[in-house]
Amino acid sequence: MGNIPEIRNYTFNFGPQHPAAHGVLRLILEVDGETIVRADPHVGLLHRATEKLAESKPYNHTIGYMDRLDYVSMMCNEHGYVLAIEKLLGIAPPVRAQYIRVMFDEITRILNHLLWLGAHGLDIGAMTMFLYAFREREDLLDCYEAVSGTRMHATYYRPGGVYRDLPAQMPQYKVSKWHNEKQVVEMNENRQGSLLDFIWDFTQRFPKRIDEYESLLTENRIWKQRTVGIGVIGPEQAIAMGLTGPMLRGSGVEWDLRKKQPYEVYDQLDFAIPVGATGDCYDRYLVRIEEMRQSNHLIRQCVRWLRDNPGPVMTDNRKVAPPTRLHMKEDMEAMIHHFKLMSEGYCLPEGEAYAAIEHPKGEFGVYLVSDGANKPYRLKIRAAGFPHMAALETLIKGHMISDVVAVLSSLDIVFGEIDR
Amino acid sequence: MEGLLLIGWIIVKIIAIVLVLLLSVAYITFMERKVISYMQSRIGPNRIGPLGLLQPIADVIKLLNKEVIFPKASNRYLFVIAPIISLGTALAAWAVIPFDKTAVLADINAGVLFVLALSSLGVYGILIAGWASNSKYAMFGALRAAAQSISYEIAMGFALVGVMMAAGSLNLQTIVKAQSGGFLHWYWLPLLPLFIVYWISGIAETNRAPFDLAEGESELVAGFHVEYSGAMFALFFLAEYANMVLISALISVMFFGGWLSPFQGVPYLEAFFAFVPGIVWLLIKLSFFLFCYLWFRATFPRYRYDQVMRLGWKVLLPVTIVWIGVVAMAVHFNISPWFAEV
Repeated sequence: MGNIPEIRNYTFNFGPQHPAAHGVLRLILEVDGETIVRADPHVGLLHRATEKLAESKPYNHTIGYMDRLDYVSMMCNEHGYVLAIEKLLGIAPPVRAQYIRVMFDEITRILNHLLWLGAHGLDIGAMTMFLYAFREREDLLDCYEAVSGTRMHATYYRPGGVYRDLPAQMPQYKVSKWHNEKQVVEMNENRQGSLLDFIWDFTQRFPKRIDEYESLLTENRIWKQRTVGIGVIGPEQAIAMGLTGPMLRGSGVEWDLRKKQPYEVYDQLDFAIPVGATGDCYDRYLVRIEEMRQSNHLIRQCVRWLRDNPGPVMTDNRKVAPPTRLHMKEDMEAMIHHFKLMSEGYCLPEGEAYAAIEHPKGEFGVYLVSDGANKPYRLKIRAAGFPHMAALETLIKGHMISDVVAVLSSLDIVFGEIDR
Repeated sequence: MEGLLLIGWIIVKIIAIVLVLLLSVAYITFMERKVISYMQSRIGPNRIGPLGLLQPIADVIKLLNKEVIFPKASNRYLFVIAPIISLGTALAAWAVIPFDKTAVLADINAGVLFVLALSSLGVYGILIAGWASNSKYAMFGALRAAAQSISYEIAMGFALVGVMMAAGSLNLQTIVKAQSGGFLHWYWLPLLPLFIVYWISGIAETNRAPFDLAEGESELVAGFHVEYSGAMFALFFLAEYANMVLISALISVMFFGGWLSPFQGVPYLEAFFAFVPGIVWLLIKLSFFLFCYLWFRATFPRYRYDQVMRLGWKVLLPVTIVWIGVVAMAVHFNISPWFAEV
């Protein structure tokens, strides 16, 4: 019997440099043929010590770091952090700022889901999806740019409101080496009015674009074969593993912080929570597609309200928000406020606060402990993707190598957030 | 002396076919990038040369200038031989393709068998490449490719059995001539299920989307040729595209009347288009199938390994077997116009 070789399972590295690893995931897969026996995710390759960095900086300086956590849903991260500070300070932003935040949260949700849809499609082999998704993302990133000056890391939300009001004129393309006059006129066609007009125009064509995506994927037989019944997780187990967001709703649990613990003005807006039935990749796909439609609907409501109701977008509490530049030149007190805020920042009362928002990926929470200083004593971020990552092994055990890719991308993970 | 001249003439013909083929492969890559670009609402290569037309040349120069890396643990000889087998078989199959009434390099009676044999041999290139690289990803790719190619060869072979029965010959030139009589006389109509099976298997056989799981970018990075670089990678690349053209040519020859004019038997139009040489018709048909290759790549998601197997064995194979029976009956009872007694 000595001649019979010992048959062992094959172990191999999936990442950290792999086209479908979604960043820097290192997944050690043990396979029996093509069937997954064990999947061991190694995280931490993108660790940047965000939480520790926050402990050494005045509160406002950390807003920029929040953008860089989940770098495909930037403003939502800021929102969680800003809400925690506001909770501890006991202040509320003006209503207009709340509407702007909700509008940009939903724009961010579409941004995130579009990138997810593109990457999910690409991973399963439908590469055209990726470019279609980016075509729409371009317009939304232009909104980011118009309002904050930058396309990704906006640093737009501030404790007490938002950095500035929406621009009355949408920035336009100029003639360049690459685009002649005729093309530029065409490209600027929907940029003639304000930012709100541009967003309104987007929301009018976006549902048709979603229909296009769906015609490419939803009823596609290959797509269904690749996603139906893959990576199934039941509602009890999903709750037990701490899944949130579309991952949880895909399993049929109707849980959405926007409805269950409304923040900002979500309780005054009309929207539905889509839920899945079986909790497989296909249901999660359908849930996210429907969420994009709901977000579109929410954005339209916000645009309508914002058009009719001008007003301040920043609190007038000068202990938190700096005065206007004009004011500062004439008023001694404003000058002092400005100096104090720009040098020392503001101090939070001693205590702790947890604020969570319905981030595109799930529940994004910020837990803040203050010892009364101008910087946090401890900042803890609850990344939505982390529990999803932890559920990976449960989801893919017994499936095949190709399914790892499908399940991994249906988790919608971003390593900036998981590794922090 | 005369024998030498004959050999010289054959060599000239081979060089002509191979040169044209390699050049067209270079421009198919360009066409692929352009076609898929426009399908994906972007522009594609447009910087090098007018309209980007020199892009494939630049690609070739780039690949030839790159270092060929031999992984330390690889089997050097097999590592070198694998791409040669791949490209060699892809090119050799062209010997029996009829371009026109008389233009065919080797008008042999076992033409169909020759093509089948060479396309089966091509699998060795992939298998050896995957094994010789000594890389886990390459190994997976090679195993998948081997299983896939072998499974689909059976469905493909059976589809060809139908064609052989209909034409009563293994000679590709005879098969084309048996289809003469116009668009509706071509074999795509009486052998429709076989044509579809052959088309699908052809795509699977060449490892193209949606059956590209042997080199599935998002799963196996590049599959069997993950360790190859520079000129050796270029050989695999050429082989893949040469195979695409080959399969397109075979579909045109066996189901779409090869170099026959589609207007045969149509009054006025037949005379009007009589001046067009047969090779042009062949190229038009061939380009259409090539375009479909690209179209599928831009549209479909990728199949999973076991699903590809299931499709091959449980769907395509039974369809071909049933239809071979139907064709056998049709041939036996001489159902006109396709199977009328000559």
